[in-house]
Amino acid sequence: MSQYIIRRLLQMIPTLIGISIIVFAISQMVPGDYITASQNPNMTAERADQLRAIYGLDKPPVQQYFVWVKNMLTGNLGDSFQHKMPVTKVINTYVWNSFAIAIVTLILSWTIAAFVGVFSAQFQYSFFDKVVTLLVFLLMSLPSFFIGLLAIKYFALDLTWFPTGGMTSAGLNASGFAYIKDVASHMVLPVTVMTVLNVGGLTRYFRTGMLEVIRQDYIRTARAKGLKERTVIFKHAFRNALLPAITLLGFELPGLFGGAMILERVFAWPGIGQIYLASLNMRDYPLMLGFTMFLAVLTLLGNLLSDILYGVADPRIRLK
Amino acid sequence: MEQPENRTEQLQEQLKIVKTESPWKIAVRRFAKNRLALIGLVILVIMFLICFVGPFFSQYTLNETDVKNRNSAPSSLHWLGTDKLGRDIMLRVMLAGRISLTVGLVATAISVVIGATLGAVAGFYRRYADTIIMRIADVFLALPTLPILITLGAILSDLKVAPEKRIYFLMLIIGILGWVGLARLVRSQILTLREQEFMQATEALGLRDNRKIFRHLMPNTIPIIIVSATLGVAGAILTESALSFLGLGVVPPTPSWGNMINAANNLIDFRKRPWIWIPPGMCILITVTAINLIGDGLRDALDPKMKNR
Repeated sequence: MSQYIIRRLLQMIPTLIGISIIVFAISQMVPGDYITASQNPNMTAERADQLRAIYGLDKPPVQQYFVWVKNMLTGNLGDSFQHKMPVTKVINTYVWNSFAIAIVTLILSWTIAAFVGVFSAQFQYSFFDKVVTLLVFLLMSLPSFFIGLLAIKYFALDLTWFPTGGMTSAGLNASGFAYIKDVASHMVLPVTVMTVLNVGGLTRYFRTGMLEVIRQDYIRTARAKGLKERTVIFKHAFRNALLPAITLLGFELPGLFGGAMILERVFAWPGIGQIYLASLNMRDYPLMLGFTMFLAVLTLLGNLLSDILYGVADPRIRLK
Repeated sequence: MEQPENRTEQLQEQLKIVKTESPWKIAVRRFAKNRLALIGLVILVIMFLICFVGPFFSQYTLNETDVKNRNSAPSSLHWLGTDKLGRDIMLRVMLAGRISLTVGLVATAISVVIGATLGAVAGFYRRYADTIIMRIADVFLALPTLPILITLGAILSDLKVAPEKRIYFLMLIIGILGWVGLARLVRSQILTLREQEFMQATEALGLRDNRKIFRHLMPNTIPIIIVSATLGVAGAILTESALSFLGLGVVPPTPSWGNMINAANNLIDFRKRPWIWIPPGMCILITVTAINLIGDGLRDALDPKMKNR
């Protein structure tokens, strides 16, 4: 097993090199740099050149690339121009805000999807099942920003049940329980919208898994033994239907820490996704590059994790 | 003496029993049984008609402003109201639909051409070609698509690409980033197909590789290509709309469903004039749902093995 993991980790290296080249090449295509983007009217040409030299922007691109990669290997993603602190620190500051909504979303959407999917499968072709199937298609087709905007309009502006955006109320000076309560009220809308967006695909997955399981021989055996239908479904079928879904957990990894760019923007949630979008407008290369690489590493680790979980969930699959 | 005519009829009768339906006919029959997929197809056809034919029946033109009726709510004059310049929303939604649908279709066509070709080459030649192509595919698979698209969109803005040319770049970018999934599907299909007897026949006939790949192997992968392309169009429309919403995809004055929703960034339009941004959003939702329903129906009809996956 450990041999397998080591080999998989080694295999990531060429992929990461490829990604780093693409990402860096794209960033080089951007006309203008941080110095021109900050548009300081008092900036003289000499001062601008000086600053470029400080940030290393005057060197040829190939050299910049190797400097960047070398620093990355030592865990140094450079300093964010805009935030005036190391990129790793910027990521570390905001990623937890993203994680907060992502983990709640994950728990909610998995719970809902598992139950709805299983019931829908158990009563295949029933009215409930048909409604679920249609709903799943609708949810999978929702443009995230549109449903986010609708939610803000109706639940925040018109009904004023929840705040329109942000993580805390303006000028909030509370701490402890009052603070948590305030943050929670700000979380309701983004979490609900994200859950709605995720739950469609997941439900479909659980339904399929359950449909496969209840056709198996051991389910027929369980019924033939005279077990109660509830025992058959929940003790024998449900657990086995959950098994394949475990592999999906690995794929959730980049979503957990990568932030939801568009929705964080819509809800003005100070997560890493929104910070990333802002860094783009400021041409803050170190942050842009660093975050993109961070996401790529998460994706690769997520794939590995899902393969490992697959082996754990189903011992018939041997990882070599 | 037996009558020869009778004999032929008998033979024909026997042949009829043996004769089976063509795979395509079976697929069409299966698709027609799927009610949800049919509903999706009808909705999509209506959507296309509205977007491509509808504007001819409109009494307004694209950039015509009705100064007297600015920001008016839906009325008999303007069925979906007007925006702050007095432009007719109904007409704009229809014209935006032309753009969004076209971008989705062309972008997917680009991904399909790249993906199918690379997948076929990798599966057919194996060895080095396979290794190289699949390594590149791995890179693209782990590439965070949205950040890359957003960055490229920003570059297009910085390079001051004219709005009407920008659409083509956008199709190209979305297309290029979307080929991996199909390439992998086609490759695995070709890996098994190339070991079958009919490929030995092409070998015996001395056909060129080109012909083997494009005339004998690829036609067998068309079902998975169709399914993957259909679902791809839905994804491409969503991607385009998200980018345009951020102001990095299709940019004004060219209308697209995504950039019309951008109006919601103005608080008054957002709150008081929902007729400006809700119709394009509903159009995206309806169109994408319809396409997904069709795609799912096609998968069940064309590829029974993949059913329920």
